Amino acid sequence: MRKGNTIFFDKNPCIASYAAVCGSKEKEGIIGGYADVTLKDDMYGESTYEKAERKMLSSAVQMAVAKGNFTEGDIDLMASGDLLNQIISASFSARQFRFPFLGVYSACSTMSESMLVAAMAVDSGYSTAAVAATGSHFASAERQYRYPLELGCTRPPQSQWTVTGAGACVISKKGNIKIKNATIGKVCDWGVTDVNNMGAAMAPAACSTLIQHFKDTDTSSEDYDIIITGDLGALGSRILKDLMWEKGYDISENHVDCGEIIYKVIEDEFQGGSGAGCSAVVMNSYIFTKMSAGLYKNVLFAATGALLSTVSSGQGESIPCISHAVELEGI
Amino acid sequence: MSEKKIVYSNKNYLNYVKKLDPPTKHFKNCLAAFGVGGLICSVGQFFRYMLEYAGLSGDELAGAVSVLLIFCGCLLTGLGVYDRIGRYAGAGSIVPITGFANSVTSPAIEFRTEGYVFGTAAKMFIVAGPIIVFGVFSGVIVGIIYCLI
Amino acid sequence: MTEEILNILFMYIKAFVVGGSICVIAQIIINFTDLTSGKILVFFMLAGVVLTAIGVYQPLVEFAGAGATVPISGFGYLLANGAIKGAEKGFFYAVTGPLTAASAGVSAAVVFSFIMSLIFHSKTKRS
Repeated sequence: MRKGNTIFFDKNPCIASYAAVCGSKEKEGIIGGYADVTLKDDMYGESTYEKAERKMLSSAVQMAVAKGNFTEGDIDLMASGDLLNQIISASFSARQFRFPFLGVYSACSTMSESMLVAAMAVDSGYSTAAVAATGSHFASAERQYRYPLELGCTRPPQSQWTVTGAGACVISKKGNIKIKNATIGKVCDWGVTDVNNMGAAMAPAACSTLIQHFKDTDTSSEDYDIIITGDLGALGSRILKDLMWEKGYDISENHVDCGEIIYKVIEDEFQGGSGAGCSAVVMNSYIFTKMSAGLYKNVLFAATGALLSTVSSGQGESIPCISHAVELEGI
Repeated sequence: MSEKKIVYSNKNYLNYVKKLDPPTKHFKNCLAAFGVGGLICSVGQFFRYMLEYAGLSGDELAGAVSVLLIFCGCLLTGLGVYDRIGRYAGAGSIVPITGFANSVTSPAIEFRTEGYVFGTAAKMFIVAGPIIVFGVFSGVIVGIIYCLI
Repeated sequence: MTEEILNILFMYIKAFVVGGSICVIAQIIINFTDLTSGKILVFFMLAGVVLTAIGVYQPLVEFAGAGATVPISGFGYLLANGAIKGAEKGFFYAVTGPLTAASAGVSAAVVFSFIMSLIFHSKTKRS
């Protein structure tokens, strides 16, 4: 059933199992204790950062499949993507499995988009068990989007830190976290051109998707135990709260941002974590564990993504952003 | 739909975002830049005295000093120390010639995984290339002007 | 003897202050304009070329020594100086002068960078 931009799942697709891998810097935060595997160094025993990112994604998928007692033959869809050009990490890690593969890309909101696609496939009956996965790596993202790692340049205070980590979940008919509905976001561009200020660029997209979701489902912010956004960072979360308040929704009580909580302390002047791996790690470790334990019941997860490339920002274009929301309910 | 006419910009929002920008610590940044920049120049002066003592002079001396400093910059970049200094010192480590060395070495090391020809060699000047281009261009113009007067 | 030591000490102080001040100017520009390091380097190098061409930079080099030659504006000074000296010999040398003067720095950067890339791997950062 569909109302507005929200798809309501009638056949109860559930999160059957989940797994997360995170890097050594993330390990020190609260999230690190809930991840299945933490890396000792960011190379993960590989020769390049791209290979390390791919291996993280592969091991997250492998663990999620194993934890749910699925065999490789049971999985009939893998929806995955990442931040690198032509989503190489996702497709290269899909090469190693024998799953039918759909590559999805919406930058840092890839986790919610892949969950949405997988839930749609399971709900419609075209798939019995589908994997949704994504990941990112600080060094490979830095190298693609910014500068070489060794270049001694200063980071502006608005900037965020790309999370090294990957998360995967298997969506099927059985499980103790139900996916109730999902809202497909619209691309929002309010003209922010500063590539270091992603939080400000993405906040309007998150705001538009959240409001659309509240309208379509006839709910308001009080109906959720926790509203999770992807990687707005400290500054972006503040902007989002202001924007929502302007529209008549008060989310200051139950809003949490993955980027804001992933690191132990927001170092000095930075705004927190970002990247596709940010929301993937937080959701697939901390949030799902807490939901399984019954701490949170109604959860709204809206990851946000900035759809820019080095070419578009080099040509002076502003940053279009998107946010997809997924509503989860613990059983 | 005439897409050309749509302007993707929201003035009110951009002004609001600008107001929220975290403040830059001007004094602290400038002090760090002054200290580190000054220190690198003093090291340069030290090399100058040492090489003068060794018997060099004129253009040879100036060239040798910059070669030594560039070597230090490259080595510190390779050891992974220069980016740490850069994070703290800002312009203090960018503007000296060692910063130029850093901007050549860092892509050279970074893109080695793509091979020596199209990785290291081709990407070596992605940051420092403009300096050579504009430097040679403006230098030649100065030469031509001086030739004509 | 003491006078000589004092002179050397004074030269160090001059180099420190002048070099540091050039870096502070760059830092102020970065703080207020968000220019990236590559653009800052180009800007200061061009400033060095222009100041040398109008004859302001030469006295500064004589005054501060390494304080004026070590910052990237000193690279511009080298280029412009090469061009000016070449121009005395003729048109051909005016064109080849800049790069000839800068050849030591550029060659060193290329050679050392290549050697470093053979020895070292890129390291990820934690902060």
